[in-house]
Amino acid sequence: MSNEVDYDDVQGLVRFAFGKLDGACFYLVRIKDAGAARSWLASARVTSARTLSPPPETALQVGFTVDGLRKLGVPDDAITGFAPEFVAGMAEESRARRLGDVGDNAPVKWSWGWSDQTPHLVIMMYSKKDALAQCEAEFKGPSWDTAFQELERLGTDDLGDVEPFGFVDGISQPTIDWDGKRKIKGDQFVYSNIVSLGEFLLGYSNEYNEYTDRPLLDPTSKGAAELLPALDQPQKKDLGRNGTYLVMRQLVQNVRGFWQFADAAAHSNPDERNRLAEAMLGRKLDGSPLLPLQNQPIDGVGPDKEDLAYNQFTFGTDPVGDRCPLGSHVRRANPRNADFPNPVTGMISHFIQLLGFGRKGLRDDLMSPTRFHRLVRRGREYGPGVSPEQALQPPQPGEGENGLHFICINSNIARQFEFVQGAWLTSTKFDGLSEESDPMLGDRAAVAGCPEPNTFSRPRDSGLRERCSGLPQFVTVRGGAYFFLPSLRALRYFATIGS
Amino acid sequence: MVVAPLDVKRTDELRSLLATINRVPGMANPDNEIIPFGRLPDLHFARIVVLEDQTLDDITTAYGLPRRNYPLYLAFLADFDGDVDRFRNQMISIASKGLEQIFSFCTDFKPGMDIARWMKQHEHRPSTMYINWVGRTMQQIREENALRQVVQTFVFNSGPKFQTSAPEEIRRAIKGFVASQPLKLTPIGKMSLSWRIKNLAHLIFVPIILLFLTPLIVLYLPFFAFQLRRREKSDMEIAPRPTAEYVNKLARIEDYDVTNQFTAMGSLKPGLFRRWLLIYLLWLIEYTTRHVYTRGHLARVPSIHFARWVFIDNKQRLVFCSNYDGSLESYMDDFINKVAFGLNVVFSNGIGYPTTNWLFFQGAKDEQKFKYFIRRHELPTEVWYDGHTGLTNFDLKRNTLIRSGLEQQSMTNAEAKQWLQLL
Repeated sequence: MSNEVDYDDVQGLVRFAFGKLDGACFYLVRIKDAGAARSWLASARVTSARTLSPPPETALQVGFTVDGLRKLGVPDDAITGFAPEFVAGMAEESRARRLGDVGDNAPVKWSWGWSDQTPHLVIMMYSKKDALAQCEAEFKGPSWDTAFQELERLGTDDLGDVEPFGFVDGISQPTIDWDGKRKIKGDQFVYSNIVSLGEFLLGYSNEYNEYTDRPLLDPTSKGAAELLPALDQPQKKDLGRNGTYLVMRQLVQNVRGFWQFADAAAHSNPDERNRLAEAMLGRKLDGSPLLPLQNQPIDGVGPDKEDLAYNQFTFGTDPVGDRCPLGSHVRRANPRNADFPNPVTGMISHFIQLLGFGRKGLRDDLMSPTRFHRLVRRGREYGPGVSPEQALQPPQPGEGENGLHFICINSNIARQFEFVQGAWLTSTKFDGLSEESDPMLGDRAAVAGCPEPNTFSRPRDSGLRERCSGLPQFVTVRGGAYFFLPSLRALRYFATIGS
Repeated sequence: MVVAPLDVKRTDELRSLLATINRVPGMANPDNEIIPFGRLPDLHFARIVVLEDQTLDDITTAYGLPRRNYPLYLAFLADFDGDVDRFRNQMISIASKGLEQIFSFCTDFKPGMDIARWMKQHEHRPSTMYINWVGRTMQQIREENALRQVVQTFVFNSGPKFQTSAPEEIRRAIKGFVASQPLKLTPIGKMSLSWRIKNLAHLIFVPIILLFLTPLIVLYLPFFAFQLRRREKSDMEIAPRPTAEYVNKLARIEDYDVTNQFTAMGSLKPGLFRRWLLIYLLWLIEYTTRHVYTRGHLARVPSIHFARWVFIDNKQRLVFCSNYDGSLESYMDDFINKVAFGLNVVFSNGIGYPTTNWLFFQGAKDEQKFKYFIRRHELPTEVWYDGHTGLTNFDLKRNTLIRSGLEQQSMTNAEAKQWLQLL
């Protein structure tokens, strides 16, 4: 049996961002008529991850929530094989607490993703901007209105390379080990940007050298014959293989609020205003890192020159955050550490550190190893766009909101997306900090016994932090859901199983 | 840990009573009327949990042996400063009625009984006890936290005046300010003489016993290897995914605080080999927790406040309880990525644990099975009290370092800078 990935079976979004297709919209739909939905799915021309020349002019991707799978009549024994967090859903009460979806972010306030506003499917359409309307009509086809009830059509706007706050975006991504070259034997002593395929695609081995749990079917069960076998259990058919989970969250960004806050904190000094904003993000507005690049290469960074300039660095040389503050967004999102806080030089040093000796820094071992918590991000911005300079002015009457349709891909939602969101981004105790959450996207709700996390701090030469306090919440969650992004084979299975 | 058999028929009633203690699901209101934990100034953590083992059929599944029907127990445990008798009496003096009310659900407790004596009779001492920072009292925690708040308020309200000063100058200014404040900082007390003598004896005698045992251990080692490998190759893994309903029961009481509780139990694999191996290993681990890992981390893990491993039912079952910072997902991340070997040596002696390789290896590294195993053996803790809500081990350590830095006469500018970074 070949370990090679059949790109024709994988939805393209796992491998590509469809960056050339600058128009996109995401339909969140509920199934009106299961039969019509099945036939729509059966005839949908879903774009695969195969490299085409010339590249396609349009792309179509389809994801399912657990409600959607049930509505299509997917049997329960298949559904219970999916990840528990997928089955429970993003809006589940205790989960919302962990994700920072409290206060203004609470699911009850969402415009979609909660209760009967939970979509069954997300149908993602991509094309060139001016051809989008036509592309939508073609993808929808005649049976669309019979099959689906539209909850939302999430439009996107191409703001160039930047996200709404004005920072160059999407420049750090894990390099997926498509060819299975990465062999993991025990602890990893150096940060690597190459991450096992199994972290982003079900049915392949992950960073633990194991297979993430997914629905495996008896080959004799209905519809299973068409599926691929499980690589770790060849006697079973793998409904998950070549599929993955897609996390989607609509994040409203208060761009004016952000820049006006930074401006006030900087006493309207433009340079200082930018410095503060850049410290909060942890990169410069143009995307370049706040600390110097290192000489030794990092696996999975480059050879692309831009990638090297953006990403050939770790935070190892900046233990207290002198250059890039500990609480900045990028340090929270990707701490770029290895399995041990200090360099391991040989067997003895490995053993000593394993037992918890040889500690050097105050913060040693506060952080989990990054490689188990990586995300492939595929988000798109929306809104009219406001430049940082414009953002200092009062809003135009009737101005639309700006935001991000945050989209990420991972094969273990609890260990990847939820961990990054809960233990790192919105944690008020991240890396030994207190009274801080993510300065850009954190909520500001106080945890019991703690002050409100509305501070952002930067080290100063004396050692004392410079504390910027009173940060309002700049990002509000407007909706969200966990989707399963099936392989094309699994998609056909879903389209036929319930009929 | 007080462990006493419950009247099975009244468990639901007990659970409803216990729920009234809580402010939010699973977390005690410090001022509740049944046991006002907040009035016990030396109490770090407490919990009340019904030891309802979910895995009693595993012995039949794995070894074909009949299910053992142990009694259903109530467990009450507390982590506190000082002498246990004193603490118990103090608790009884403020909550005798409430304790009586709770313990009345136990089959052998009758209202009007001497509560202290009854509790003592049901006391189960841990085989291994871990304390993040041995000797740091609640009083010290409160005083140092108040100190940090005063210092931070002073520093951050003093505006730009410190911006150009040298670090040591700033430290001295802070020191001067603190001296002018009505702050109480009780000198850090020594442990009691009897504790120190016992601890010293433990420090010396365990290695001596080990030394005497060494020839036997060396002789036994080849047989041990054979016995171990034979079992590792045949012992069955039982780690199905726990039901959504059960996971939800556990998750609904988590993450209201920056610290969480964890209670789990399970049965030892049958036979003397696993039993003696576990007794021996817990004895060794206890040595490290008493003499080595006493300052802020258990091996590589800094997040655990208190943990204990307690045998019950004539050493046929083990209960594990801990208080840890962060959410369960990050706790398990620590388990798997930082101390998998430590979990393996202990819990692989329990029925169904993911297969280990030479006792230390694999096991917990089988991430998903391990997580299922953990969740399946975990119990919903009915009542949990945290005496320093909102403070992680790192916060406590930082507060202690702030205090000790402030108490120093002088520092170099480099030292003072490091100290200022704590604020």
